[in-house]
Amino acid sequence: MSLALNNIVKRFKTETVLNDVSLTVETGETLVLFGPSGAGKTVLLRLIAGVIEPDAGQILIHGKDMDGVEPEDRGIGMAFQNFALFPHMDASANIAAPLTARRMGQGAISDTVGKVAKMLKIDHVLHHKPKELSNGQKQRTALARALAGAPSILLLDDPLRNVDAKLRFEMRLELPRLLKDQQATVIYVTQDYKEAMALGDRIAVMSGHGIQQIGTPQDIYLNPANIDIARLFGDPVINLLDVTPEADGAGVVVSVSGQPLRLDAGYADAVGQDCVIGIRPESLRFVSKGTKGAIPVTIETEAPLNEKTVTLALTKNGREIMISRPAGEIAPSSGDAYVAADTSQVYLFDRKTGARVEHSSAENKKKGAA
Amino acid sequence: MESTSLIERILRGIAITVVILFFMFPIFWIFLMSLQTNETILRVPPSMVFEPSLQNYRALITGQLETQTGTLEIRFMGNLFNSFFLSTTSVAIGLLLGVPAAYAFARLKFRGSEDIAFTLLSFRFAPPLLVLLPLTIYFQQIGLANTYGGLIWVYQLIVLPLILWIVRGYFEDIPADVEYAYRIAGHDFWATFRKIALPLAGPGIAAAGLLAFIFAWNNFIFALVLASADKQPVTVGALAFITASGIQYGQIAAGIILSIAPTFALALYAQRYLVEGLSLGAVKG
Repeated sequence: MSLALNNIVKRFKTETVLNDVSLTVETGETLVLFGPSGAGKTVLLRLIAGVIEPDAGQILIHGKDMDGVEPEDRGIGMAFQNFALFPHMDASANIAAPLTARRMGQGAISDTVGKVAKMLKIDHVLHHKPKELSNGQKQRTALARALAGAPSILLLDDPLRNVDAKLRFEMRLELPRLLKDQQATVIYVTQDYKEAMALGDRIAVMSGHGIQQIGTPQDIYLNPANIDIARLFGDPVINLLDVTPEADGAGVVVSVSGQPLRLDAGYADAVGQDCVIGIRPESLRFVSKGTKGAIPVTIETEAPLNEKTVTLALTKNGREIMISRPAGEIAPSSGDAYVAADTSQVYLFDRKTGARVEHSSAENKKKGAA
Repeated sequence: MESTSLIERILRGIAITVVILFFMFPIFWIFLMSLQTNETILRVPPSMVFEPSLQNYRALITGQLETQTGTLEIRFMGNLFNSFFLSTTSVAIGLLLGVPAAYAFARLKFRGSEDIAFTLLSFRFAPPLLVLLPLTIYFQQIGLANTYGGLIWVYQLIVLPLILWIVRGYFEDIPADVEYAYRIAGHDFWATFRKIALPLAGPGIAAAGLLAFIFAWNNFIFALVLASADKQPVTVGALAFITASGIQYGQIAAGIILSIAPTFALALYAQRYLVEGLSLGAVKG
């Protein structure tokens, strides 16, 4: 284990930003901190970097308590969201900063800088000052500076936030390989769920002063701990419909647009409660009229999104739902149609708290739920 | 600038000329006076027609003042040296003390930091005469009266608050992340101060230093009270031209020209930095 946070609390004046946050990161793992702005992701990174101090709790790096250890002695590399390049130094001096701190020889420094710059494809702009660099080059320079010292822990604070969409896409493909090559433990902050899914070995979802759920990208996607996480992960966004589960002789049933949808019998505890049902757009499919449990809808519009096609439809009660299917699959594109849900892939949430209503057989699978 | 009509350009030209005349005429007149003898200066009505002579400058540089009653020793060049020495040393010490202090006030929010910074600024609120009387008595008791050291110490009242408050703003303008990035890269607090904060606040420090130099150079009252003849700067030394046999206007004028020359040259040379430093703020990352 290369990094452990134990019960971290951080307040700014009277406002609590992080409340009792605990986290462990294994050596060589890439952990993504994902969440909306203001969730405390950057604060958490800064606590690890040592530029701010926690009000309570313990930070361990390689098992050593970091209390009172200055940022320069923690052996980490960090790339800032706003790049934070040194404006009066050229790109090569910027990248060399972690090396000059170790009093390496001039030759060794320029060798290492050259190698890192080449890897990030900025070797042709090494003599430019930050203000002469494009945004993409600045971002790569900031990343190169973080990597140059070959730190055992690498903190990346939303490094792709301030670059254009094309570059972000390229870097999203490039970064996982780059990070694996470094063999460093990486903590990566982002607000983009695709980035989180693409880069993370595990994802920690942060909101409301703490970590809501930690798990593999697949785990988070398939077993969201609450309604917010379900909404954040997935494109198009999950369909959320208000329901009240009822019991019938055979099990638990909810009514969606007047049609009964049979749920797993494990949801018996939720009977009679105000709930929200979450159905992923890809768990819905078009069926022919008369199929059992088919929900009648009116198709509003259809949008082809490269590898998939998304249909926006209205139920009889006037609620919008989205249906996603692989591109090329034939389906009605206008008028009235019928859809059916794969009931093994639906989620039930408490309408008041937003927490996932677990069905009893899944209780043992529950992970990190708030 | 957007295109302007002919009338607007003419009016603007006239306005600028009037302003320049208004501000520059006294200096121009003093320059003319410095090339004349007392007789031609005191003519009624005054005239711009005269035979220029450098005798005033000669008198200042040789230290021999010719008056109707005889030759008088003056120490004008000594005064000029004093001004130079006092101002330069004061600013150097002021920068040495003020810049690290400004950094501390900008970055380390410790208990009472605002109060201390404000107290330092408040030195500039009270008229200097207010502190001079007690200061004179103390200085005489501890043997600092009429010493360069004592004067330089008192000059800190002028230069230190100025440097502190100007430079502090520049340090505050440097994004904290830039400094954090250098720390995380493995450099300690002092290296970060020297390699990141100082260079980035450079224009501000230069501007503050220049202003402090000008303020110190132009100071009159501290030196008048606390220094005797051999330690006096030019501002006080010029009083020597009011002699028993009359006021030596020609020499006073030449003295003024000589004493404003260094600050004038410095300001011209550093104009770019001054304007940049005072208006722009530090380099943004």
